[in-house]
Amino acid sequence: MSARRWRVGRQATPGEGPEQAGPPCLELRAVTRVHGQGAQQVHALRGVSLSVRAGELVAVMGPSGSGKSTLLHLAGGLDEPTSGEVLLDGVPITSVGSGRRAALRRRTVGYVFQDLNLVPALTALENVMLPRELDGVSIRRAQAEALAALAEVDVAELAGRFPDELSGGQQQRVAIARALVGPRRAVLADEPTGALDSVTGEQIMRVLRHRVDAGAAALLVTHESRFAAWADRVVFLSDGLVVDATEPAAGPELLLDGRR
Amino acid sequence: MYGYQLRQEFEGRTGATWPLNIGQVYTTLGRLQRDGLVVELDRQQDGSVVYGLTEKGRDEAARWWTTPVERGAPARDELAIKLALAVTLPGVDVRAVVQRQRAETLRAMQEYTRLGMRTDEATLDGVTATDLAWRLVLDSLIFAAEAEIRWLDHVEQRLARARASASAPVDRPTDPPAGSPTEPQAGEGLRVPSRGRGRR
Repeated sequence: MSARRWRVGRQATPGEGPEQAGPPCLELRAVTRVHGQGAQQVHALRGVSLSVRAGELVAVMGPSGSGKSTLLHLAGGLDEPTSGEVLLDGVPITSVGSGRRAALRRRTVGYVFQDLNLVPALTALENVMLPRELDGVSIRRAQAEALAALAEVDVAELAGRFPDELSGGQQQRVAIARALVGPRRAVLADEPTGALDSVTGEQIMRVLRHRVDAGAAALLVTHESRFAAWADRVVFLSDGLVVDATEPAAGPELLLDGRR
Repeated sequence: MYGYQLRQEFEGRTGATWPLNIGQVYTTLGRLQRDGLVVELDRQQDGSVVYGLTEKGRDEAARWWTTPVERGAPARDELAIKLALAVTLPGVDVRAVVQRQRAETLRAMQEYTRLGMRTDEATLDGVTATDLAWRLVLDSLIFAAEAEIRWLDHVEQRLARARASASAPVDRPTDPPAGSPTEPQAGEGLRVPSRGRGRR
């Protein structure tokens, strides 16, 4: 079973990018972002291209001020590039009107942040239902989808709890469920393991990894290499530019040969 | 326990990360026997020997558990040496050296992590003590790699700071623009030397 799951993950591992798989779930093309004007100008991104396919987890690493957060905001349509294009499922979000853009963004991507994740006055279930209610689906359907999403991350039994009745790790699971509820297939995660201890952080990465192996696309911003190492590809950002990228070269079976 | 069994158990627990030479096992057993820490319990017809701990051996093992591992003199670290040399030589792009290493170390970490995921999934229905032992060894490889990357990040920042302070007297205008002695500073952290008039 583990071998099968492994293969699913590896098939989706890109590099060559099989064209028949359709457009990437998320794509940035030569994106730049300049904040401010004149002497105060800050070039947050200086021409970044990046794509994330379904079944792929891409991590972005870089020192603070390297443009990581700007990149994530642009990828999710929370901010607009100064030049370049952002595409969701092959559709340039910059080309559609703001109303449609919001809908496109909402139906395609979900967010997981380090904190300020869940609405405190809503139960876990209601939190996960929220994006679907905003999509305009019926309450009954939103509820069914939310329960399914919670089950995917192994916290279905916590559906009736409020955020302050959940541990940090449980809250992050609920946040992942909310990010990927219904038809959403892309999750943008900003330091999702930030406030968690190392073992809980690892559990969150495992949940994210499983959702990706089951077909989601994920873009993860982190400054912790240990969590970035869960990705299929790690992109290094420095001064607004991609300076390097790495993916594991060989299958794990080639590593540490003597292991049974 | 037989000598070959000992090796098997060691490698099972450590994922063969540190392969053990069988000759080394027997030499060590011989020394332990000489020092009275193990004894021969039985000898098969083929000459293979079953060893066991003596009372003294048991005491020695107990002492080992509770004694911290000595750090000893720092091992020769090629990366530290490489960077120490790089910063002192003209013509070496230290940032490139750092980034190349960071990417490589992260790639190794990705492989360890995958191996860990696979181990965890293979042991979903129950972790044996040997699996757990192997997982701990794997974790130690991952955390050591993480420490190296953090150190590289730190090296990069230290270099940037050193460069900035070395070039500061050249970059920084000696006087504030004449007309605006009380001009507000350009925000926290990012202090852009203002040429001409500042904008608000």
